[in-house]
Amino acid sequence: MIQLDVTLYPQEIDPAGKRDPQAISTADYQKLIRDALDDLFPDVTDRRERRELMALLSPGATDLLRAKVMADPSLIGQRVIIDVPFSDDLDQLAKGRIDAESETATRRVTDKQIEWFQRLEQRGLVRQAFNTTLFTAGDSRSPELAGIWGSLVGTFWTMLITMAIAFPLAIGAAIYLEEFAPKNRWTAMIEVNINNLAAVPSIVFGLLGLAVFLNFFGLPRSAPLVGGLVLALMTLPIIIIASRAALKAVPPSIREAALGVGASQVQTVFHHVVPLAMPGMLTGAILGMAHALGETAPLLMIGMVAFIVDIPGGPLDPATVMPVQIYLWADAPERAFVERSSAAIVILLGFLILMNLIAVMLRKRFERKW
Amino acid sequence: MAMIQEQTLAVRSERVTMSSNDLAKFKTDKVCVFYGVKQALKDVRLDIFQNQVTALIGPSGCGKSTYLRCLNRMNDTITDCRVEGSFLLDGDDIYSKDMDPVHLRARVGMVFQKPNPFPKSIFENVSYGPRIHGLARDKHELETIVQTSLEKAGLWKEVNDRLHQPGTGLSGGQQQRLCIARAIAVQPEVILMDEPCSALDPIATARIEELIDELRQNYTIVIVTHSMQQAARVSQRTGFFHLGNLVETGATEQIFTNPVDQRTQDYITGRFG
Repeated sequence: MIQLDVTLYPQEIDPAGKRDPQAISTADYQKLIRDALDDLFPDVTDRRERRELMALLSPGATDLLRAKVMADPSLIGQRVIIDVPFSDDLDQLAKGRIDAESETATRRVTDKQIEWFQRLEQRGLVRQAFNTTLFTAGDSRSPELAGIWGSLVGTFWTMLITMAIAFPLAIGAAIYLEEFAPKNRWTAMIEVNINNLAAVPSIVFGLLGLAVFLNFFGLPRSAPLVGGLVLALMTLPIIIIASRAALKAVPPSIREAALGVGASQVQTVFHHVVPLAMPGMLTGAILGMAHALGETAPLLMIGMVAFIVDIPGGPLDPATVMPVQIYLWADAPERAFVERSSAAIVILLGFLILMNLIAVMLRKRFERKW
Repeated sequence: MAMIQEQTLAVRSERVTMSSNDLAKFKTDKVCVFYGVKQALKDVRLDIFQNQVTALIGPSGCGKSTYLRCLNRMNDTITDCRVEGSFLLDGDDIYSKDMDPVHLRARVGMVFQKPNPFPKSIFENVSYGPRIHGLARDKHELETIVQTSLEKAGLWKEVNDRLHQPGTGLSGGQQQRLCIARAIAVQPEVILMDEPCSALDPIATARIEELIDELRQNYTIVIVTHSMQQAARVSQRTGFFHLGNLVETGATEQIFTNPVDQRTQDYITGRFG
C-alpha cells in the first residue's frame, strides 16, 4: 500500500460544477493519480519513465479514487490522503520475493522502479496492510485486485442447487430401494449400477452434463444451475449408498416392534426407521456435499472453469467455484497469485472442515442407543 | 409308519381338548412353512383356545417361533418365506386376500424375545399403537389408554412419574413389560409371546409370568418358551414341536406328567434338546 496525497481539482472532476454523478464517475482519475505521483517525483519527466512510474501502482488505484469521490462528492476541490495498492510486482518486491540485487533482465521490476520504491519507503509512505479485496472482489487479471467472493457466491449457488436436487432424490431412492423395492433382477441391476456410478471418474459426469444439459436442454453455459445439476448427479450415488447403510443399521427389532403393534410398512418406515436413520443419512449427505464442493473436473466440460470477473447474481449467471478459482490462480503467471491461491485454499479447507464438523456434530447429537 | 403314528397321536390329543369344551380362538390345519427350499414346519395342526395360555415348547430350530409368527403374519416380511395351510381366527382365514395384515396385527399383538421398546419416551411407546389405529379421540383418552395399559402390564406404579423419559432407559424386565403394555394398548384379542423372558433375570421373569397369568382373564396368549418349567407354570395347554412337526399337544398337566409320545417324554425329562 502506498499513501498518496491526491488533490481533487474541481476542474478535472466536475468542470461544469453541477455535481452530476454521471460526470463525476467518468472523470479522468488516472490523471489525478498521475499528478499526485508526479508531485512525489518531480524529477521524472521522461514519457517512458513516467509510464514506468505509473506502473508502480495497481490499475485499481483509479477505481479506488473514483469510489471515494463518488461516495462523498464534497471532497472535490480538497486534498485527500488515500491508500492505494502497489502493483503486484512491487508487492512481491516489498515482500522480498523479488531480489533487488538480481540481474535486471531476470526480474519484472526495473532498476528505476526499485529506486523509486526505496525513496517512497524512506519517506514513510509505504505501509503493509491486509488486502481485503480478497474477500470482496471477483476474479481479476491483477492479483492485488483479485478476490474470492465471486467464486464463493458461485459455489454457494452451485451447492444450493446440488443439495436441493441430490438430497431429496438420494434419500428417496435409498428409502425405496432399502425398504420397499421388491428384490428382483431389476433392483439388483439398479443396485449394481448405483455402486458403479459412485466410482465413475467425475469428468464423465461433466461430459454428460455437456451433452444433456447444455446441448440437449440448451441451458446456459458456465451457470451454477448446470454445475449444480452435474454435481448432484455425481453425489447422488454417494448419498444413496451412505443412506442405505444408515437404514440397514436400524435394528430389525425396531421394525418388528412397529409391525407388531399393527403399523403398516409405510408407517413403520416413516415413523420409526427413517427418523432413526436420519443422522446417518444427513452425515452421508454432508460428506457427499463436501465431495462436490471440492470438484473441478466435471465443471470443466460445462464452462465453469472460466475467467469470470462479475459476481454471479443468480444460478443462471456465469460463475465459477472455489476449487476452479484456485486452479485458475495456481495456473496464472503473475507471482502474486501464489498468495491468492494459498489464501483461497485455506478458505476452501476451512469450509470443508466446517462441513465435516457439522456432520460429526449431527451424528453425535442424534446418535441413539438401542 | 412313524408318520401314521404321529397323526393318530395328534388326533388323539385333539380329542382330549375337544372334550374339554373350550372355545377355539385359532384353528390351524395342514400348516407347512418353507424358507426357500427348506421346510420349517410340516403339516402342523393346532387349535388355540380362548382365555388360555398355550405354550409351545421344543428344541431350538424346531419351528415353534415360525409357527407363532404365522399367527400374525410376521413371516410376510421375510423374503422367500412361504406359508401354506389354513389359519382361522374366529373362523376368518387370516391369509385370505381380504385380510389386511395390519388389521390382523392389531387383533393379534406380539411381544418379542428381546425387549424392543422404540427409542422414544415411555408414553410414546405405549401411545403409538392407539394413535395409528385411531383408538383415542383426544389427548385425554390417549392418556387413559396409556395408563390402563401400563397398569395392566404392572408397570404404572414404577413409571408414572417419568412417562416422558426414554423407554430404553428402563431395566430389561421393565422394558419387556413396557412392550407388553404397548401390545395391550391396541386392545388385541390374542397376544403372541416369543420367548419373552429369555433375556431376563429370574425375578423379572417371575414378574412377567405373574403378569401372563393375570392377562389370561382378558386375552388369549400363545407363548414360545425354552423353559419347560415356565411352560408348566404359566400355560394351560402345551404343544411340543420337534424338527418341524407338532409331536404332541394337550393339557399342560398331561403333557408334563403323562406324555403320549416317546420324544415328548425324552424332551421333558431332559434326555435331549
